[in-house]
Amino acid sequence: MKLYDIAHSRAGDKGNTLTLSLIPFDSADYEWISREASVDRVAAHLSNSVHGEIRRYEMPNIHALLFVCEGALQGGVTTSLTADTHGKCMSGVLLDMEIAGDGTG
Amino acid sequence: MQKIRIGGGAGFSGDRLEPAVLLAREGKLDYLVLECLAERTIALAQQRKLQDPSTGFDPLLERRMESLLPVIKEHGVRLISNFGAANPVAAARKIAELAKRKGISITVAAVFGDDVLEQIDPAMPTMETGRPLSDYGDIISANAYLGIDALLPALESGAEVIVTGRVADPSLFLAPMVHAFGWSVGDYATLGQGTVIGHLLECGAQICGGYFMDGDRKAVPDPARLGFPIAEVAADGSATISKIAGTGGRIDLRTAKEQLLYEVVDPHAYLTPDVAADFTTVHLQADDTDIVSVYGGTGVERPDTLKASVGYRAGYRGEGEISYAGPGAESRARLAGEIVAERLQGELDHVRVDIVGVDSVHLAAGQSTDPREARVRVSGSATTREIAARVGEEVEALYTNGPWGGGGARKTVTQMVGIVSVLLDRKRIHPSLEIFRA
Repeated sequence: MKLYDIAHSRAGDKGNTLTLSLIPFDSADYEWISREASVDRVAAHLSNSVHGEIRRYEMPNIHALLFVCEGALQGGVTTSLTADTHGKCMSGVLLDMEIAGDGTG
Repeated sequence: MQKIRIGGGAGFSGDRLEPAVLLAREGKLDYLVLECLAERTIALAQQRKLQDPSTGFDPLLERRMESLLPVIKEHGVRLISNFGAANPVAAARKIAELAKRKGISITVAAVFGDDVLEQIDPAMPTMETGRPLSDYGDIISANAYLGIDALLPALESGAEVIVTGRVADPSLFLAPMVHAFGWSVGDYATLGQGTVIGHLLECGAQICGGYFMDGDRKAVPDPARLGFPIAEVAADGSATISKIAGTGGRIDLRTAKEQLLYEVVDPHAYLTPDVAADFTTVHLQADDTDIVSVYGGTGVERPDTLKASVGYRAGYRGEGEISYAGPGAESRARLAGEIVAERLQGELDHVRVDIVGVDSVHLAAGQSTDPREARVRVSGSATTREIAARVGEEVEALYTNGPWGGGGARKTVTQMVGIVSVLLDRKRIHPSLEIFRA
């Protein structure tokens, strides 16, 4: 299964930094998703696009994760040569990541 | 003090016009805020102002005010917007003229002082790379993010329309809360919560199901007629977010969470000129259909520095696209890209080839695709418009010089304005106010 099956995401940009929220539809899946979407696994999944450091913030108050990806936007909105200069489509790329089940069948 | 109602009537410069009019007419609003100014927008506006000193404000300003002026006057709604862009004074004058022409008596305040071009030193280190400004191209604009302290005098003046240049987006919403409730500018916990509300509203429809919908999985009713958000704020800073009954859209925990985290780089310290807001203590609660309450946000002392966005000339970007369809569409698109890249060799600084629909957003290793159609996109940067235009010329030339079946060639050249940020001592920034009456 994919993150897409249990979560939603919105991408944002600040300069050359990409932000990706990761929000399970069901708050009960917060621990599961926190386990599966580790920084290392997300970094590996995004490695063709994100070359800088990735920080993960845990937000148990709203049952959500936030990934902040440095140096991810090929220079940023204003000077990048990519089609999606904001990196807005990267939320879809994140949700495409394969994850293991929660073990409860 | 009763609660106040603030509407978020625009989330970017080109946002839809009608939802703000509907908010002003039916939202029982005290304040309508239009956030219309991206980082790059102000640099481009600065360019226009250099050519003609009576311009430099948002190109949609007149169209927006044409329909909004009579409605805000009739319903007693005060309007706050950063659509003054590079020239809030000219914008305020223009609005006063427009009101006069329509026979509407109104007071307009221009808030300025964000233009800090004169204070910029090429040796200043940029926040992005630590490298000095002098490492970048010719500087064309520098605008500091002003906060509520710049807006409060305008609110106290009684002006019905307040026009600004660069102001931190959440501050546009926080200022009327501070003004209405008399919050202390040192009460950082409450300012933090008010900043959360501003952040939730600053992107307009994005908390109402805009930029959210996905078929049945994330269903949004009547998506073509999205309503825009209203925050009803209480004196303690708690608020409910809703929209006008009968409009399309959805406000629920999912839309609120996506917007709360949008463009946040540190949820423990969301920095604005007013406060370092803490989003990790925020509570969201679904009260009813399309009603979410928000409380618990807090914050600590504001930074001593203000961020300024510095715009610099970054050359030109040339782009060209052409489509292929049917058997082997992707391989022909790739071949086309390779041919163009080879023909451009040595002429441009950087050339990039993407296949739209396959790898233009993200190249995933090992993914096989066999699309029914593929569009090759070639882009390149150059120091002159003429050289950048070579990209589109070579893509267009594929019609008679490339793989079979290419169609729909398009070419563009864009002047690139880069943006980097520097920090300035806030004591050096002096916001000012000018009033216009119609």
